[in-house]
Amino acid sequence: MSQAAATASPAASAADSPASEVRRVADAVRRRVLDYTLKNNGGYLSQACSSAETLATLYLRVLRLGPSTAPLVPRPFAGVPGPDNPDAFTGADYNGPRAPALDRFIFSPVHYALVLYSLLIELGRLGPNGLDAFNQDGSTVELIGAEHSPGHEVTAGSLGQALSQAGGIALARRLKGETGRVWVFMSDGEFQEGQTWEAFAALAHHRIGNLGVYIDANAQQCDGAMADTMTIEPLAERLRAVGAEVHEVDGHDSDALAAAAEGFGGGDRPLAVIARTDPCRGVELMRERAPKLHYLRFKSDAERQAYQQLLAALSVEAPA
Amino acid sequence: MIETVTRPHREHFVRWAAQRPEVLVLSADLTSSCEADGFRDTYPERFFSLGMAEQNMMGFAAGLAREGFFPYIHTFAVFVTRRPFDQVAMAIAYPNLPVRLVGFLPGLTTPGGVTHQAIDDVGLMRLIPNMTVLEAGDATEVTSVLDVAQAVDGPVYIRQLRGEVPRLFPAEAPMQLGRCRKLADGDDLCVVSSGICTEEALRATSALRAKGLGVRHLHVSTLKPFDDPAVLEAVAGVRLGVITMENHSVIGGLGAAVAELMAEHAVGRRLLRLGLKDTYAHGAGKAYLLREYGLDAAALVRAAETLAQTPLGIEDADLAAVRLGTLSAAEKTEDL
Ligand SMILES: Cc1ncc(C[n+]2csc(CCOP(=O)(O)OP(=O)(O)O)c2C)c(N)n1
Repeated sequence: MSQAAATASPAASAADSPASEVRRVADAVRRRVLDYTLKNNGGYLSQACSSAETLATLYLRVLRLGPSTAPLVPRPFAGVPGPDNPDAFTGADYNGPRAPALDRFIFSPVHYALVLYSLLIELGRLGPNGLDAFNQDGSTVELIGAEHSPGHEVTAGSLGQALSQAGGIALARRLKGETGRVWVFMSDGEFQEGQTWEAFAALAHHRIGNLGVYIDANAQQCDGAMADTMTIEPLAERLRAVGAEVHEVDGHDSDALAAAAEGFGGGDRPLAVIARTDPCRGVELMRERAPKLHYLRFKSDAERQAYQQLLAALSVEAPA
Repeated sequence: MIETVTRPHREHFVRWAAQRPEVLVLSADLTSSCEADGFRDTYPERFFSLGMAEQNMMGFAAGLAREGFFPYIHTFAVFVTRRPFDQVAMAIAYPNLPVRLVGFLPGLTTPGGVTHQAIDDVGLMRLIPNMTVLEAGDATEVTSVLDVAQAVDGPVYIRQLRGEVPRLFPAEAPMQLGRCRKLADGDDLCVVSSGICTEEALRATSALRAKGLGVRHLHVSTLKPFDDPAVLEAVAGVRLGVITMENHSVIGGLGAAVAELMAEHAVGRRLLRLGLKDTYAHGAGKAYLLREYGLDAAALVRAAETLAQTPLGIEDADLAAVRLGTLSAAEKTEDL
């Protein structure tokens, strides 16, 4: 039922540095998300703009993952988990097999799903047609990812719940003596939920040093700017105060993102990397919609055309 | 073709709140998605953004209510009823505070998948002592539910609709607390529906009548208290049995309330409950999910055949012919 997929992208050998490879992949992710936003007449585009480098850096430079063991064409929905359904599955096999020395990846803000799907395609973990079923009835390639969606392991759409589950996984791995780490990708909005802070308290209290969090701090949420909705700042100080090792970096700088994780895993404190990002990076056009960037719905045909033209221009610029 | 009203709550709420300075809105980062943006922009001094932190929001609502205000919580139904359940029960319901919990995207009306589908909200809220549970089924009820809720001395959960909403009931026939609407009469079977299922049921009931079946049809909008004598009278007076139809689990909601009523009054009729059969769902379009989980007009026809113990020969085309309104194509990819 599962087939191995190549993990290296064809152009990987041509790239001259890890950072330029991340840049190439991140640009391709933005293009693909824009493409599907146009095809769906709306979508979560700003999330691609802010997080493309962070997610690409995680997959290309931080996570120790084996090759995908999942099919290149995503499986259809096979029913919800339950005692009578042996066919239920998670999308974690797109991140490779489980092994004591390998890392685990937990994807928390699942409205970013299209960004992750697009990245999996660039990495060869999903086939080039992996998005044909995106947002289609009966598909696992859902608009808001669930645990059956490619690259997803837990059902996290009620935000702020995944970190605690990752904490449990990290604790279990420590109990089992595994050396692999657990990485969690989060949005900054999730730091408004009290559960996130309960999780950090527990991670610190239990000296869980095999769990690292990357936060897409794009300063945006549904209602607009986080500063106007409910501020979470000073985030770095707050995280330090609850016992995390904190790095605050430019979230579009792959070298800085990767450096923050270097050597992480053997200590007794969780890691939090705050990736300060720009929700319009690569799509300047979107700035005029600020402060409402959460979900792009075209207000007019002319606006749609403008985005279509941008996609065409970006595709021409892209190296073949 | 029935009339469709665009965002009936949004405009109406602004008008309704104009002469009610004690009405406040608390929002958890879904202000436009819950059509509270009009209120926010018109009465910024009465609008409070609490961020994506629903448990804390319930506590703030309780405190405001203790001081004489009427907080109208606006967020998705799942985020009213699941995550902050304890806060709703202890901070709001126990002291019987007049907080109005307005929950959007009931049941399968969201493409957001299992985390956004409120399939247990009615059951959860019915379980809470002091809580009144209301559900809007059309544009008339989306607007008139506010008067009903505001008159209640205690907390109220409102299962609310947004976006394109059909008008099934005349604008001058508002929702009334504890009163169902009798939409059709007949002596063979009784259909009891709520929320968006009433529109689906209407498609089937006319086809059933065309086949000579006497169908009594009730629309219920007060799910708790569930003491309308008209419901008991209706379910007790039919020959073949009763079918409930709800955009919710068959456990804890309308079907359960009808079952409890029938058992308590020794109504010896069969009861078939259409709804989610103790299962979670998944993300897909509304029409697809209603069909998959047996919540569409065709499912009601099958249930009627079961009660009548005979095939009725109603085809999908017959049901399509009585379509009352069309689902808007924009339905599927709403922002979440
Ligand atoms: C518990 C919970 N409350 C509310 C929502 C609805 N919701 C979806 S995304 C979001 C916030 C978006 O902010 P953020 O997480 O920072 O993501 P971004 O703005 O970067 O897309 C909200 C409130 C949710 N999914 N879960």
